[in-house]
Amino acid sequence: MTLEILYFAWLRERIGAPRESVETSAATVADLVAELVARDDRHAAALSDMRAIRVAVDQELSGLDSPLAGAREVAFFPPMTGG
Amino acid sequence: MRVLVQPQRFDAAQLLQGFGAGAGAVVTFTGLVRGEDGLVALDIEHYPGMTEKALRAHAEAAAARFGLSDVLVVHRHGHLAVGEPIMMVATAARHRRAAFDAADFLMDWLKSRAPFWKREIGPEGPGDWVAARDDDEDALARW
Repeated sequence: MTLEILYFAWLRERIGAPRESVETSAATVADLVAELVARDDRHAAALSDMRAIRVAVDQELSGLDSPLAGAREVAFFPPMTGG
Repeated sequence: MRVLVQPQRFDAAQLLQGFGAGAGAVVTFTGLVRGEDGLVALDIEHYPGMTEKALRAHAEAAAARFGLSDVLVVHRHGHLAVGEPIMMVATAARHRRAAFDAADFLMDWLKSRAPFWKREIGPEGPGDWVAARDDDEDALARW
């Protein structure tokens, strides 16, 4: 499947792009992270500490074990600082 | 119910015209860019699409939980100078306690669950991204 991956705030800066399309067969968010980390040093560095990163699957907050079946968009970002 | 996510300044008086008509209590809270040492502005990034959806879902949850007759959430993004308003919530209920609690609840949620990210802008340009605070997370646990 093709997933649209989005990055925000310092993750966007470390990856060097706000979004990218990836062809993947990852079953869960954790699988996808492992695939991205294996791609290159930038991804590996940006996604090195997943405790400091939040994930949304199709714009819903999700966890590392969330399934990706049928998903179209996965976003990675730091803890939110709204208000 | 009204949810607005926008870069422009908002006119609180205009937004509140007719808000909560028939309610016994209206509470409003406005957050401003706080003046701090060396801070010139905040750049606020958001997640277009998710932000609106998440704000709407939470405004609905607040309305149901506190029995609100109306609720308004406005949150800005982009470049905001010190002293500028960032966001406002308004809640309308029959009695003041529900209106105050609902506004408090909405604020606690916005702080750590609404997809916005703040970056400090100093006299020399962009500085650090604002880190999430543990006490904001603790505040959310109250609910």
